[in-house]
Amino acid sequence: MNLFKSYILPRLLQWVLVIFVGVTITFIIPRLMPTDPVEQTLQRISSNTTTDPRAIQELKSALEDMYGLQGSPVQQYFAFWSRLARGDMGPSLGAFPTPVTTILRNALPWTVGLLLSSTLISWLLGIFLGTLAGYYHRQVWSQVLDKVLITIYPIPYAILALVLVILFQYYLPIFPMVGGATGQPSLSWDYIQSIFMHSFLPALSLVIISVAFRFIMARVLAITQLSSDHVTYAEAAGLPRRKIIFGYVMANTMLPQITDLALSIGAMFEGALITEVIFSYPGIGYQLYTAIMQADFNLILGVTLFSIVGIATAALLIDLLYPLFDPRVRYR
Amino acid sequence: MTVVRDLFKYSPAFRAGAILLIIMLVVAALSFFSPYAPDDRRVVPMNKPPSLQYILGTTSLGQDVFWLLTFTVRNSLIIAGLAVLIGRTIAVILGSVSGYLGGNADRALSGFADVFIVIPRLPLLILISFIFKGNLTFLQLGLLLGLLDWAWPSKRYRAQLLSLREEEFTQTAVFSGMGTLKVILREHLPFLIPFTLADAVSGFLWAIGMEITLAILGLSDLTTPTIGTMIFWANYYQAMLARKFWWLGAPIVASILIVLGFYLLSASLSEYLDPRTRLKRLSVARE
Repeated sequence: MNLFKSYILPRLLQWVLVIFVGVTITFIIPRLMPTDPVEQTLQRISSNTTTDPRAIQELKSALEDMYGLQGSPVQQYFAFWSRLARGDMGPSLGAFPTPVTTILRNALPWTVGLLLSSTLISWLLGIFLGTLAGYYHRQVWSQVLDKVLITIYPIPYAILALVLVILFQYYLPIFPMVGGATGQPSLSWDYIQSIFMHSFLPALSLVIISVAFRFIMARVLAITQLSSDHVTYAEAAGLPRRKIIFGYVMANTMLPQITDLALSIGAMFEGALITEVIFSYPGIGYQLYTAIMQADFNLILGVTLFSIVGIATAALLIDLLYPLFDPRVRYR
Repeated sequence: MTVVRDLFKYSPAFRAGAILLIIMLVVAALSFFSPYAPDDRRVVPMNKPPSLQYILGTTSLGQDVFWLLTFTVRNSLIIAGLAVLIGRTIAVILGSVSGYLGGNADRALSGFADVFIVIPRLPLLILISFIFKGNLTFLQLGLLLGLLDWAWPSKRYRAQLLSLREEEFTQTAVFSGMGTLKVILREHLPFLIPFTLADAVSGFLWAIGMEITLAILGLSDLTTPTIGTMIFWANYYQAMLARKFWWLGAPIVASILIVLGFYLLSASLSEYLDPRTRLKRLSVARE
């Protein structure tokens, strides 16, 4: 109960607040712009195709309804929320009349799979390597690895993805460059293998940059642990080295790493968006790119709203896991 | 000045970072001596690989890659610089108000910043620049990036100020009759400057990355040469498929050299100032 009041409740409130502010901003932005999104989209659609006038009229009212352009701003605002609460973001304009939610639902597994696997791999690998490198920080390999990863760390996601494309499309064409998988979805070995092959490079580009950051952080944290009393005593007591590194040094660096994971999940997600575009990987980011190409305002709005809610929820979940790892919070 | 000389002498990271940045600044400055205007096309033979006459080759649009690169580097640096300036001004103001006033104003402001830290900014940026489509000049883009990059730094300034306020020398200064403004300028600023530098660099890296991302998506003003738009056009004319790697490679290498230069500079500077800030700086930079 105490835990709930002092730890969980503030985080839940924060979550509600983030979603409230995020949705409100998304509501306000299009209304501050000099152009009218409804007219703009209608023009684009009617200039491209020969749609009959009735369908356009229908689309217009659907659009006005979606952007909630009917009624006073306050009414519009509440209409916007009630639509969202029903999970209704209107039809996609590029793939009319498929609902935006359907497109997002189809794209979501790819993005979540990519993000989950690369976050997990980079987090574990970075902490493991970083702790080892911190423990042996005077060794040459540790310093070389540190230098290499410090060089990689500041490179933007888009640039690294492009470099991988150049390398693996022309010099070492082992991996397929487009799409998420080949063949019919099934549990066969071939299909699973094709998913792995397709996701390898996009995941690799995310993993490389995130590992670099995890590693640098874990190494510095481990070095500060080395001078602490408990490590000195453990060394003096002659505990096995494996136990010292993992039980004493690494265990004590986990907490800041978990806090930081919650903060960096947004940056990872943004990286995944652009990575998907560059590798034509069929997740949310790629849908977003198609939406931009087809001037599909509804889908862009849908992705924006969805990512705000998604990132806030992911950060909340990581925050809620924190007490499991930190006895000081659990027993407070 | 002696600090700079010492760092240059004893810190390889500082030396490398400074040299990289000086090279990139020279490249940017060369844009003023370019024989072509930034939007000149079909002025040189197309698709020539690097040679003595065209050091970095030419594009399918008949531009000289080297001279085009000087403009892109200059404009990208201007965009990122503007974003850092605006973002940090907002952050410093909000952070200081929060840190020095305390109480309800502090609670409201830092709660507001907390919320903005979680909201993903790339989708918002995409939404805004999509509505502006193509009409967002590169200066406006810098402004926009700056307006979105204040939440995390303002929280860090606040934390920094709160710890400074508790220091003994602050009490001494206050009790000896120094005004608040004087305390801030004379006693606290020397501590805030190195912190600001490291923080500005992380903002710089973010802005450079976002500019490239937006341009690859085709959402910025594609007629202005920036690192991002140069990559966009190279992709648009399928530079990779046609194996014209010099066209795509030049902006990629330039962007890596710029971010690396800035990062090494800030890393060595912070390490020189205080090894313990290294961790804190990292968590700022990742943001």
